[in-house]
Amino acid sequence: MGKKLNIALYWGASCGGCEIAVLDTNEKILKLAEVADIVFWPVAMDTKYKDVEKMENGSIDITLYNGAIRSEENREMAELLRRKSKLLIAFGSCAVDGCIPGLGNLYKREEVLENAFKKTVTTDNPKGIIPEVIHGKRKLTLPELEPRVSTLQQVVPVDAFIPGCPPPTELIAKFIDIVASGEEIPKGANLAPDISVCDDCDRNPKEEKILPDIIRPHRLEKDNGECFLLQGVLCMGPVTRSGCKTRCINANFPCTGCMGPTSKVTDQGARFISAIGSIIGGKELDTDQEKMKEIIDKIDDPIGTFYMYTLASSIMGGKKWKD
Amino acid sequence: MKRMGLFICHCGTNIADTVDVEKLAKKFESYPGIVFSTNYKYMCSHPGQALIADAIKEHDLDGVIVAACSPILHETTFRKLARQSGINPYQCEIANIREQCSWVHKDKEKATAKAEKIIKSIIEKTRLNEDLKPIEVDVTRKALVIGGGVAGIQAALDIADAGYPVLLVEKEPSIGGHMAQLSETFPTLDCSQCILTPKMVEAATHPNIELLAYSEVKSVDGYVGNFTVTIEEKATGIDWDICTGCGQCSEICPISVPSEFEKGLGNRPAIYTPFPQAVPNKPIIDSENCLEMKTGACGLCVRECEAEAINFNMEPTYREEEVGAIVVATGYELYPIMNLGEYGGGEIEDVIDGLAFERLLSSSGPTNGKIRRPSDGKLVKDIVFIQCAGSRDPEKHKPYCSRICCMYSTKQAMLYKHSVHDGQPYIFYIDIRSGGKGYEEFVERAQREDKVIYIRGKVSKLYRENGKVKIAGVDTIANKPIELEADLVVLAMAMIPTTGTEKLANVLKLQTDANGFLQETHPKLRPLESTTAGFYLAGCSQSPKDIPDTVSQASGAAAKVVGLFSGEYLQLEPTIATVDEELCSGCGICISVCPYSAREMDIGKGIAKVNEALCVGCGACVVACPSGATDQKNLTDEQISSMAKAILKGEKES
Repeated sequence: MGKKLNIALYWGASCGGCEIAVLDTNEKILKLAEVADIVFWPVAMDTKYKDVEKMENGSIDITLYNGAIRSEENREMAELLRRKSKLLIAFGSCAVDGCIPGLGNLYKREEVLENAFKKTVTTDNPKGIIPEVIHGKRKLTLPELEPRVSTLQQVVPVDAFIPGCPPPTELIAKFIDIVASGEEIPKGANLAPDISVCDDCDRNPKEEKILPDIIRPHRLEKDNGECFLLQGVLCMGPVTRSGCKTRCINANFPCTGCMGPTSKVTDQGARFISAIGSIIGGKELDTDQEKMKEIIDKIDDPIGTFYMYTLASSIMGGKKWKD
Repeated sequence: MKRMGLFICHCGTNIADTVDVEKLAKKFESYPGIVFSTNYKYMCSHPGQALIADAIKEHDLDGVIVAACSPILHETTFRKLARQSGINPYQCEIANIREQCSWVHKDKEKATAKAEKIIKSIIEKTRLNEDLKPIEVDVTRKALVIGGGVAGIQAALDIADAGYPVLLVEKEPSIGGHMAQLSETFPTLDCSQCILTPKMVEAATHPNIELLAYSEVKSVDGYVGNFTVTIEEKATGIDWDICTGCGQCSEICPISVPSEFEKGLGNRPAIYTPFPQAVPNKPIIDSENCLEMKTGACGLCVRECEAEAINFNMEPTYREEEVGAIVVATGYELYPIMNLGEYGGGEIEDVIDGLAFERLLSSSGPTNGKIRRPSDGKLVKDIVFIQCAGSRDPEKHKPYCSRICCMYSTKQAMLYKHSVHDGQPYIFYIDIRSGGKGYEEFVERAQREDKVIYIRGKVSKLYRENGKVKIAGVDTIANKPIELEADLVVLAMAMIPTTGTEKLANVLKLQTDANGFLQETHPKLRPLESTTAGFYLAGCSQSPKDIPDTVSQASGAAAKVVGLFSGEYLQLEPTIATVDEELCSGCGICISVCPYSAREMDIGKGIAKVNEALCVGCGACVVACPSGATDQKNLTDEQISSMAKAILKGEKES
C-alpha cells in the first residue's frame, strides 16, 4: 500500500455549500479517507494558517479551493495553497466563475460596504461604523475587500475545475474515484461533461426550438412538462454543462446555469443572449420589431438571469467605471 | 508553417491615390508568415495574374492574399488562378481595401493605417484556413414547372427544347392562365389567344413535356438537384384518356352557374371546359354544383357520352416525382374590388375590373364582343377607366405600382373605341407609365387616333344614380373637381400574387417579400433565382410585369435550369457550417434560425446536422449555437478571434 495522499479543502468567499456537498457524497467519502489524509479543512479541522505555511512546497497533493476571491485573505490563502499544492483545483462555481459573490462586481466596493453596514433596513448602526483596516493608532489586520471579485484562476494558475453550485454529488464522486485510482487529471481539465444540459434533459423534444414569449417561472400558469423554452420560460440549459442529472429541471424549475458554459464558449451570458435572441418568437416574428421588443422587455433582470454565476469570469467581468 | 504571399493592387488610382500601397507592400515583407510581398497596378489583369502565378511557383507559396477590390468582383478570378497554379483555391483570400477603405476615406495617412489593419486580419484568417473541396452533388436532370400560364409554358418549352424532360403542373383544368382571358395585347393589338394557343398546344404535345392539368404540388422534399415532389392529380370526374372532347355532355347539362373564366359575366354548366381553346380540351365536373353528385337525380351527361368516359366516383390520385430544378410560375390575381369601399366595394354591378372588361371585349366572350353593361345589357356609350385602384397606396392598400395598368387601360380604351365608334372613353390617371418598346407611341396613338381623354387626378367616389355610375373625381391640371357619369367603369385593380403562391411558398419554404411576391436572391443581379437553391422564378409570381418581360424572365429561368443540368455534378461552395458531434446536445436552436432550411435533427444520434447542399454559410446558426458545437469552415470562431485581435492590436482603451 503506497503512501497516502495529502488533501486540503479551503473556502474563500463562499456560502459553505461546497463543504456540505463533499459530505453529501455519504459513504463515498470513506473511499477518499482510504487513500488520502485531509491536512487542512477549516470547516472541520483546527489546522492553523501557520501550520500550512510550515508545510513543504508541493507537499499537498490536491487542494480543493471553493469560494471566490473577494478579500485579501482569500487571495493570500489562494497564493499560499498554490505554493503548497501539486494540484490546485477550483471547486464549485465561486472558484470557477465567481458565482453569486461575483455579482458584487456590479457595485464599487464602497457601495457594498455602505449598503451592508448602513443602508439595509434591518441594520442598526447609529454611529455609522464601517470596518476599517486601520483603526485608531494601531494597524489592525482585518483583510480588506478587493476592489473587484475575482475567480481563482484570475489570481493563481489553476490545474483543474469542478463547477457547480454546489458541484453535483455525482461529479464529486467521480473526482474521488479518479483520485482513488491514481488516474492523472489532465492539466486544465473541467471534470463536468463537455456538453450542455439539453443532452440529458427529459423535456428536450430534439426538434427545432423557438422562444414564443418570456414568462417568469412562477407566472407560468400550467407547466405542461414540455421544454421550458418552448413554454416561454428562460432556461439556461442550452449554455450550461450537464453532469448534474438535471436536478433542478426534475424539480420542475428551469436551469439557471450554475455549471458554467461548455469549453468552446468564453462568455456564458453573451452566448445565451445570442441563442435566445435568435429564436425569440420564431420565424413569424422575423420582421416584427415591435412585438420582439415587447417580449424582450419582459426580462426583469438581465444580468441576474444571464450572468448569475459567471459575471466575474465574463469578458466584461462586471461594471467598469471611468475612475 | 504556412508560406503566404501578399499582392497589393493599385487598381490604377482607385486604391493607390488614397492608400500608400508601396509603403504597405514593403512593410509587410517582414510580417510573420509572409514570404513574398509586392504591389502592382492592376492585379486582375493578365500580367497581374501572371505575377501571382510566378510568385506561387518561385516562393513555394501555399497561401495567397490579394489586397484589392471587393471579393464580389474577383474572388472567383483569383481562386481560379490559385487552383491553376497548384494551390487549394480556398487558401486564396481577398482583403478589400477599396470599397471598404480607399473609396470611403480621404485622409491618406489614416486610410493607409486602416488598409494595414484590413490586410493583417486577412493574413491571420488565411493562416488558419484549411484546404477545402467544393461539395459535389448529383443532379436529376428533370425539371418541374409549377404554373401553366405564359410564363410556365415558355419556361417549359425552353427547357424541353434544350433536351431535358419537364413536368408542367397547372391547378386549373386548362393551361393558358390570364393571357388566355385577354382579348388583344398591347402594343401590337395581337389577338391574345391567337398568339398563345400555338404555344399551349406545343407545350401539351412536346415530346419532352408531360402536362399535368387540374393538378397541384402538395409537397417538396430534398434539395437542389435532388427534389422529391408529391403531386395531387385532382378528380376531374372524366377519364381524359378515353374522352373524345365532343362536348355533348356540356350541352345537355341542366346546370348554369357563373363562369370563373368569364369573371362572372357569363355562365357555364356543371360539366364544362373552361373555354373553347382549352388545352387539354377535356371537361371536368364541378362537384359542388353537379346535380347528380349532390342528389343522384340527373346523370344526363352519362347518357350522352358515347365514349363512356364519365366517372362520378373518381378519386384524386397522388404521384411522386424526382426532379432537379423547380420553376415557380404561379402568376397573379387582381386585388378584389370589395376592398375598395369608395368604389362601391363590389356592390355596383357596372363597376368591374380589367380582366372582366377583357371578357366583354373578347369576341368569344359572354357578350360576343359587344360592350354591354352587366346590370341590364345596355350597350355602353360612356366608359370611364380608373388607374391605380389599390396600387400606389401605402396607407390603405398596396404600396407598389402594378406596372401594366397604364398600358392595358389605354389598350382597353382603344379597343372600346374600335367597337363603339360613337362612344367616349375617359381615363383617370396619376402618371402614365409607358416605358416598354413601342409603348409611348401606343399611348400617343390612343389620344391621336381614338381620341381617348386622359384626366390627371384621382377618383374619390363611385355611386349609382339614375341608372348610371356617377364618378366624383378631380382634374389636377385644370385644377377643379370633375363629375362624370358613365354606363361602365373599369378599375385597373392592383396586381397581387395568387393565394396559391402564398400557400405554395409555405409548403416549399420559399421566401416572400413584404407584398407576398416570391423573393429573388438579388433584385438586380439575380432576379430569377429564389433564395432557396434549386427554385427559379418566372412571371408575376416574382413581381408585376407585362407579357414581354414575363416571357423573357421565363426563358431566363429556363436557361438557369439548363445551366444547372449541363454540368456533370453540381458544385457548391464548401465554406459552410459544421457540427461537432461530441459537443452537440441536440437543443434544436440552430434548426429554427436557418433561413435556408439547411439544418435538421439526426433523430438517431440526437444531434443536429447540416445539409451540405442547402447550407450557404450565412453563419446564423454559428451565432445561435449555445454550446459552440457549430462552427463554420474557414471562418471559425478561432479565425474571427484572430482577425479581431490583429485589428485591435495596439489600440488603446478609450
